[in-house]
Amino acid sequence: MSNSIAQNRSFGAAMWDYLTTVDHKKIGIMYLVAGGFFFLLGGLEAMAIRWQLIKPENDFVSAGFYNELITMHGTTMIFLAAMPLIFALMNAVVPLQIGARDVAFPFLNSLGFWLFLFGGILLNCSWFLGGAPDAGWTAYAPLSTISPGEGVDFYVLGLQISGAGTLIGGINFLVTIVNMRAPGMTYMRMPLFTWTAFITSTLILFAFPALTVGLFLMMFDRLFGSGFFDASMGGNSVIWEHLFWIFGHPEVYILILPAFGVFSDVFSTFSKKRLFGYTAMVFATVLIGFLGFMVWAHHMFTVGLGPAANSIFAVATMAIAVPTGIKIFNWLFTLWGGNIKINSAMLWALGFIPSFTLGGMTGVMLAAASADYQYHDSYFVVAHFHYVIVGGVVFGIFSGLHYWWPKMFGRILDETLGKITFWTFFVGFHLTFFIQHFLGLMGMPRRYWVYLEDQGLDFGNLISTIGAFFMAIGAIVFLYNVVITSIKGEKAGADPWDGRTLEWSIPSPPPHYNFTQTPLVRGLDPLWIEKSEGRKGMTPAEPLSDIHMPNGSILPFVMSLGLFIAGFGFIYQKYDLAWLSLVFIGMGILLGSMLIRSLKDDLGYHIHKEDLEKEARK
Amino acid sequence: MKGWMGKIRTLSLFGFMAIILSGCGRENLTALVPKGYGAEESFKVILISIAVMTLVFIVVMTIYTYVLIRYRQKKGQENMIPKQTEGNKALEVVWTVIPILLLIIIAVPTLTTTYDLASTEGKEDAINVNVTGNQYWWHFEYQGEEIQTSQDMYIPVGEKIYLTMRSGDVIHSFWVPSISGKMDVNPENDNVMYIEAYEEGVYYGKCAELCGESHSLMDFKIVAVSQEEYDQWVTDMQNVDPEATPESTTAQEGQELFANSCLSCHAIGSSPVAVGPNLTNFGERSKIAGVLPYEKEELVEWILDPESKKPGNKMSNAPYLNDGSIGEEEADKIADYLMQLKPSEITTKSAE
Repeated sequence: MSNSIAQNRSFGAAMWDYLTTVDHKKIGIMYLVAGGFFFLLGGLEAMAIRWQLIKPENDFVSAGFYNELITMHGTTMIFLAAMPLIFALMNAVVPLQIGARDVAFPFLNSLGFWLFLFGGILLNCSWFLGGAPDAGWTAYAPLSTISPGEGVDFYVLGLQISGAGTLIGGINFLVTIVNMRAPGMTYMRMPLFTWTAFITSTLILFAFPALTVGLFLMMFDRLFGSGFFDASMGGNSVIWEHLFWIFGHPEVYILILPAFGVFSDVFSTFSKKRLFGYTAMVFATVLIGFLGFMVWAHHMFTVGLGPAANSIFAVATMAIAVPTGIKIFNWLFTLWGGNIKINSAMLWALGFIPSFTLGGMTGVMLAAASADYQYHDSYFVVAHFHYVIVGGVVFGIFSGLHYWWPKMFGRILDETLGKITFWTFFVGFHLTFFIQHFLGLMGMPRRYWVYLEDQGLDFGNLISTIGAFFMAIGAIVFLYNVVITSIKGEKAGADPWDGRTLEWSIPSPPPHYNFTQTPLVRGLDPLWIEKSEGRKGMTPAEPLSDIHMPNGSILPFVMSLGLFIAGFGFIYQKYDLAWLSLVFIGMGILLGSMLIRSLKDDLGYHIHKEDLEKEARK
Repeated sequence: MKGWMGKIRTLSLFGFMAIILSGCGRENLTALVPKGYGAEESFKVILISIAVMTLVFIVVMTIYTYVLIRYRQKKGQENMIPKQTEGNKALEVVWTVIPILLLIIIAVPTLTTTYDLASTEGKEDAINVNVTGNQYWWHFEYQGEEIQTSQDMYIPVGEKIYLTMRSGDVIHSFWVPSISGKMDVNPENDNVMYIEAYEEGVYYGKCAELCGESHSLMDFKIVAVSQEEYDQWVTDMQNVDPEATPESTTAQEGQELFANSCLSCHAIGSSPVAVGPNLTNFGERSKIAGVLPYEKEELVEWILDPESKKPGNKMSNAPYLNDGSIGEEEADKIADYLMQLKPSEITTKSAE
């Protein structure tokens, strides 16, 4: 029914619907589209980087442009691709997994998305306005503070705005998971994906403020003449490194934990087994999140912090290997004794185990401070973090997308194309990055625009570039799969995978109110319990009654637009104070919208019981 | 069929050989063939951690392979429901405790070498060199010796040389993979590290912290020579006459041009770190500007258009490039002058 309405509606109406929506499922789709777009953009930048490095002393791009490429590749992939794609999955799935009708703050959810998107667009505007930031995604001062032009200003303002969106999103999910769980859904009955979303949101809450502070200081250094990071004015550039990594290291776990959650759900579903060692898995997740804040200085072993600091951070970092190891073994023992069905979602999860184990191995190797003096800032590090972020996060996103695609869109992604995607991407990934471990130890530092002839680095770089093309082909096949599936894909029922958790107890895609009646949860894997006792679906926890739903609003979009406009004002006022007018206009739009939101009562609307009954009879 | 197999075999053998040959990288650059104290200590920790981690990887992959073969869904069993196990306390303890033990095996040598490599024992009596990192060149000042040089650092083999490092602009990182791991060169504080080369040779040094457009072209060399050769080099460098008149007339003219157009940024003789590299022993350099082949044409081209060779370097803004005072002819003479600056018998060739 909803499909036919969608087809009859004009494009403008559909557009307006998405601009104003506060529905977590639609916001999830918007995160997916925007994150997917930035993923392709970052991928394009990666291909340009690899093409430049295909042979020694290549001149495909200039040195300055190369630095812009590496900076934007890193920044885009972390902040504008991986983060939103994780948020896409969290939005699409978490409320369903806990039996909620929406997130706790639907308005904020929408605001978080639009802030992220406008921040990302602001950052990428730099390409057309005199050059992108060029000081690396880590933006180490003083290189970043003295970088000419406005590139780094766009970095600072763009990340500040999109970071605010992420922080809002994180808080929203925390409150949602604490407050909105269905009756009987205790903490220790939550699916692992929800658990990891919960811990990730906590990490966002504590980590992003460090970035916010760092970016503010950098903004003042660049735009208003302060000298926080300027040694000649009594500042200290190492402070930026600390602030960045106090954020930056937890950020890695912010990305990887939800991917762990995806794998836990996927392994369990496709082995038809309960997750092995559920309690241990939960505590391992919490422990990783906690330790994640204790290890930031392992990015700074060569800064000269002294042997005591280096030793403490080395040992703390090694400690993270323990909970991570617990997870790997629990996954293996979930598979053990199971009835393992290998499809695309499962392939990504299975491909993850060897890839991520390699990434974890090099992680422990990097933790050894005295050995890190050799690895640091070399291609060894590049290989390591691509093994954890591609082999962990990206594999997790692909697995999650194949797994939940039917729930999000009502159609199953094509299996054959899915397998082609996996194998080309998997082979390409290892071709690209495995050899880079050796390149690093053979003396190739990272962020090198050219490497010289006759230094033994040609062969490895060539292999690496060839691998990158396989990855690109894999990504293109996936895109094709998405298109072909949306045209003539197999329609999915409510529970195409014989699932175990609540999201599979409602239709695919779910109605906008998710659950006609809130379900009663009687244990871990609630749907599995009901099915194993011969029931078809969940037992409701409440009689059929009116459902209270929030109204849509254009205000989140307008507020973000206001900040976007103000961002340009902040940047260009360094040349001419007349640009400050943009700051006033932008902030005026933002504050005006906040005023409207505060003064105008918006109590939402009710879906009446009778309408629900009518729907059910159809 | 057989010919086809043979071809595959030859091809794979060839490929394998290529990997082995290029496997460890360029001598005196790669960290995989350590030729100095720091590199050797790091390499030991690298080997220990690789050994332990490979063990872990083998265990994981064995279980993984077994599970996938043994428990993969068989035809006709699509609906088989396996036993729903909750977990196993004994196993959980096993895979918590064993990793902790394995990590201790890595942690102990890590900590001892970390402290060892940070030690400054005997620094007062050793050769001390102040290192300055600049966009995109390195300066070396030998403490108490009145020797200043850039790009090529001469050291005696078998001696600990203490480096006190600071940056003149942005953060750099000093890395000579075959001799020692790296250390950052910060603008606000001195970082101290020591290096010791075991064998004579010219070692490749790299900047390892992104420092701008020509980050990848900020190479330098460590020239490790015997103790006698080093002593000779020190004496020679101390006796340099910065104003010595060259023999050939072109070089003499070059000297005058150099004095007019270049000396405001470049020094000859022992003077503190300046805008551009110290050129006292330019005639003995292994490379021009750290990366270009040491040939006269290259030097002339470099003088006339430094930006094309090393983007973003400070020489690109030199006044002589704008006022047209240096043409090809003049650059040629300057090159003549620079390339005869050979104050010492001890050169990069002595190290080979």
